[in-house]
Amino acid sequence: MKTKMSSKQYEEYIKDKLPKPKSFRNCVAAFIVGGIICDVAQFISNTAKGYGYSQESVSSITAISMVFLGAFLTGIGVYDRIGKFAGAGSIVPITGFANSMVSPAMEFKREGFVFGVGAKMFVLAGPVLVYGISTSIVIGIIYYLFGK
Amino acid sequence: MAGKRLGKQTLRLSSPPSVISNATIVGPKEGEGPLAQYFDIILKDDYFGEDSWEKAESKMLKEAVKNAIKASGRSSTNINFMFAGDLLNQIVSSSFAARDLQIPFVGLYGACSTMAESMCMGSLLLDGRFAEAVVCATSSHFSSAERQYRFPLEQGVQRPPFAQWTVTGAGAAVLAEAGNGPYVTHLTIGKVLDFGIKDANNMGAAMAPAAVDTITAHLNETGRSPEYYDMIVTGDLGKVGKTITLDMMEKEGFEIQNVYDDCGYMIFDAEKQDTHAGGSGCGCSAVVLNGHIMKEMKKGNINRVLFVATGALLSPTTTWQGESIPSIAHAVAIENTIGEGI
Repeated sequence: MKTKMSSKQYEEYIKDKLPKPKSFRNCVAAFIVGGIICDVAQFISNTAKGYGYSQESVSSITAISMVFLGAFLTGIGVYDRIGKFAGAGSIVPITGFANSMVSPAMEFKREGFVFGVGAKMFVLAGPVLVYGISTSIVIGIIYYLFGK
Repeated sequence: MAGKRLGKQTLRLSSPPSVISNATIVGPKEGEGPLAQYFDIILKDDYFGEDSWEKAESKMLKEAVKNAIKASGRSSTNINFMFAGDLLNQIVSSSFAARDLQIPFVGLYGACSTMAESMCMGSLLLDGRFAEAVVCATSSHFSSAERQYRFPLEQGVQRPPFAQWTVTGAGAAVLAEAGNGPYVTHLTIGKVLDFGIKDANNMGAAMAPAAVDTITAHLNETGRSPEYYDMIVTGDLGKVGKTITLDMMEKEGFEIQNVYDDCGYMIFDAEKQDTHAGGSGCGCSAVVLNGHIMKEMKKGNINRVLFVATGALLSPTTTWQGESIPSIAHAVAIENTIGEGI
């Protein structure tokens, strides 16, 4: 072959040959689905409030319910379809977190409960936990030193 | 040895082996695609009655080999060697199938180029008179490949528009020293090329240069023009890789658009089946060759085919470590008559 290209040149060369992601459509889908998920959470929150629970309990009830919904919809094979349509709209809310735990757990059940479900469950959620908790510690220290 | 090697990469077989039988098995999605009528068995359930996808893939491979042997009219004891490979770690689909088949086995790894690679190795043994008949096979499975290379199936993510869909399928061909064709006349062994693509979703762009390199080498070393062939077909470049290959071939001075197609592009209806850029995986080129192409050749609708299976030689580990994707393509010239052209 006569053609010689560096990585950069090749990247440049194929640029206009790659189909573009439909960013506008994806943003709209993410906005709508993400919004609906938040509406559901708000509904649960308001309902819990209506039953007279404290603010702290209401937050817990809402989070637990949404995680359950995310896990349940993953379990019955619906959440991946929502995700395909909505992209970030269904990944960012807490239901997406549930999906990222339940989907590997289902997938790796065949490898047993220790090396499969147990070991692989956090394969996607692990990084979120590690950096989420690390960040909260850093923020906590800053708050302790400079807060108030 | 004089005259058997043309140039650096191409081999001319002095006693071209005959492809005497083929078999294919595909999953349900492939069975809804535009080539459905050419497949021997279309599974209703992609578990194939097994309890894991790995077992299902191995069973598909085993059944494809068995069916190809049955169609050849020989017994498996008359098949001297089996050449096979697949995408799973340590090529377990192939070796587990070989465990049950008890045919002397050579395991190969060429990623999605395996169908061409296995036919190259098998043809060489036959041409060298080390065997009377060999079986060449490969397989891939959407679900076993996804879990090894990408995400769990139930994970809700969007695939980029240039991503490809791993074909669930297995194909096998029995090659023999004597037969009525089609014949394997020339082999072009590919070099590993890397143009620096790092995105494991962008396989078509990663593999296209390897395909162009091998096709160019084949045409230059045999002295054939693209029009000599009724069909030049790459393995699983998909829509993106196909476009790049056409463009790069033109840069090389070859107009191939009239005879060129890609198995990954042919196997699915990208719009209706939501497969984005097209099919991929070892099984993709294997089922298109052993299904569509061989059946059309046996009917006489096409007579000369250059089959160029392409493979992306990456692993999940190299992707996580930020390495680019080396790729390879091997070409097998299959012709209904020997001795025409050069």
